[in-house]
Amino acid sequence: MTGQTPLISARNLGAVFDVSKPWLNRLFAMEAKQFLTAVDSVDFDIPKGKTFALVGESGSGKSTIGRMIVGLQKPSSGQVLIDGDDFFAITDVKRQMAMRRRIQMIFQSPYASLNPRWRVKHIIGEPIKAFDLMPAADIDGRVNELLDQVGLAMSDGEKFPHEFSGGQRQRIAIARALASNPEFIVCDEPTSALDVSVQSQVLNLMKDLQRDLGLTYLFISHDLSVIRYMADEIGVLYLGRLVEVADRDTLFDNPRHPYTRMLMDAAPRVDAFGRTADTVAGEIPDPINKPTGCSFHPRCHLAVDLCKKERPEVREFGAERARVACHLCETEAELA
Amino acid sequence: MSDTPLLQVSDLIVEFPVRQGVLRPVDRVGFEVRAGEILGLVGESGAGKSMCGAAIIGLIERPGRITGGEVRLNGERIDNLPEDDMRRIRGKRIAMVFQDPLTSLNPLVTVGRQLVETIRTHLPVSASEAQRRAIALLEEVGIPAAATRVDAYPHQFSGGMRQRVVLALALAAEPDLIIADEPTTALDVSVQAQIMALLKRLCRERGAAVILITHDMGVIAETTDRVAVLYAGRLAEIGPTRAVLSSPSHPYTVGLMASTPSTTGNLNKLSQIPGSMPNLRAIPKGCAFNQRCGKAVARCFEDIPILEPVRDSQVACWLYDPATLTNTLEKTGATE
Repeated sequence: MTGQTPLISARNLGAVFDVSKPWLNRLFAMEAKQFLTAVDSVDFDIPKGKTFALVGESGSGKSTIGRMIVGLQKPSSGQVLIDGDDFFAITDVKRQMAMRRRIQMIFQSPYASLNPRWRVKHIIGEPIKAFDLMPAADIDGRVNELLDQVGLAMSDGEKFPHEFSGGQRQRIAIARALASNPEFIVCDEPTSALDVSVQSQVLNLMKDLQRDLGLTYLFISHDLSVIRYMADEIGVLYLGRLVEVADRDTLFDNPRHPYTRMLMDAAPRVDAFGRTADTVAGEIPDPINKPTGCSFHPRCHLAVDLCKKERPEVREFGAERARVACHLCETEAELA
Repeated sequence: MSDTPLLQVSDLIVEFPVRQGVLRPVDRVGFEVRAGEILGLVGESGAGKSMCGAAIIGLIERPGRITGGEVRLNGERIDNLPEDDMRRIRGKRIAMVFQDPLTSLNPLVTVGRQLVETIRTHLPVSASEAQRRAIALLEEVGIPAAATRVDAYPHQFSGGMRQRVVLALALAAEPDLIIADEPTTALDVSVQAQIMALLKRLCRERGAAVILITHDMGVIAETTDRVAVLYAGRLAEIGPTRAVLSSPSHPYTVGLMASTPSTTGNLNKLSQIPGSMPNLRAIPKGCAFNQRCGKAVARCFEDIPILEPVRDSQVACWLYDPATLTNTLEKTGATE
């Protein structure tokens, strides 16, 4: 990574949810409070104009990180830095609004994220009004420009969301995200609800917009093939922790963490006829009672005693400076 | 393997009367499945793949019904059987596995009782024998400590384990044919790989035929022997999986393969098929794909193409008709 300040940084980011039963139940059952650590000391930087992707299975904390980065949820610990400023430490409302304008989000379901009672032009124009970016008379012109930018017709502005297909709705969601001229967009599984042929339209649109407008993306997905197509750098999450962070080619050519290798192996491949993937036993464990040491050790066929006892810290490996949290990678590096 | 295929579907038509007319979610679909074979039904949402599955097992919801064609199981017609006879076939000779394991299990009954009930409905065995079989089935689908887990309720299982229970239920009466409708779509990739490996093993060991309905080309490639590509309720292409996926002939299949991102191979810009699948109320005249197809000729807008052999597969496309073939022989790609 270069010396310049990254646009977005997560510093030691953590999210803990209180999942205890109501206090009276606890009193009768003599139970202690229960906490779920959804995100645990996550660190990454996103340079301007680049795409950082988070990949992980359900419950890995990828959406929680996305929500914390856009400010929809306050982190339990750590910081979100935007151009070096701590987002959650800003108390001045005006400055906070100015910050929020620079960050937008695209959600997974284009069915749930658009108000069914609003015309498309109002949906797209809403951020412009909310941030008071231009006189009301100019908004329609800007909305038409945005519709054109995402490949919709001007007349589509008069319609309601239900008149559009899933792919077109996601275009509307993208147009809305662009309305406040943001620099950074969090995309939370933006194509998971779409069919393949439509998915490629939306992915290509997002890439073109990034190139034309110099956007920075945090791209969240569970699909490695989509991640590979979109990302410059990738972070692999397992039970709320980043187990590996590397640039795209390094991660796909030389995955180091056993979990990353397992994900790569389990992903179905269109060119692997008749292949039976070497499956890893088990499923993601209960996040309330995480395994001791490395949380992947119960499913890792390489695990040794140390993995059960001590949590591996993130260290840099190789010339590509891949960051991996694994005891075995450390041992290998020492032997080499 | 005898000469008669286990399942023969020919010219199947499913229609739903609506106020404006009649919708045809399945339009003259025909295919065969042999014992021990896995046939994939692939297509985007609304292509009619689930409806095909439901038609075979006789679970089309009213007012929809089969209005044409026939379904033969071991040579014997089953699409026109009275409901009582069909109920005896359903579960016994044809079993179904649905996408969401939580909704296909009764939450108030232990998995053991659900298994025993299914076994005793279809097989003449005593209660204790059924219980013994239930435990054996749970072991067969890879549930650890089956003898104690048999008394657990569905919510006490994880998503992957629940889908294993559903598979055990499907196998309970030793069916000849299993229809699996998106069995792993709700699961994480690592668990999906486990379930797919299990499905392949069961199919091999028991010699049962499987119809696997999915939208995931990777799953199709790795699991199926033959694949049928559906578009707007019609068969676009059917043939051996390797032939269809690695050298697709129908412009829709070509476009679908080119717009599928992959975890290996090149990183060129994904090609995209313009537009989206037509609504059932507005299927264009002639070939249903004509408006999105870059290769369409005049005839594509007039007549519905019929399946003709092309290389190793069968393809419904006028481009391969001798009349048009002379003009556009070499180019078979979809639009960029």
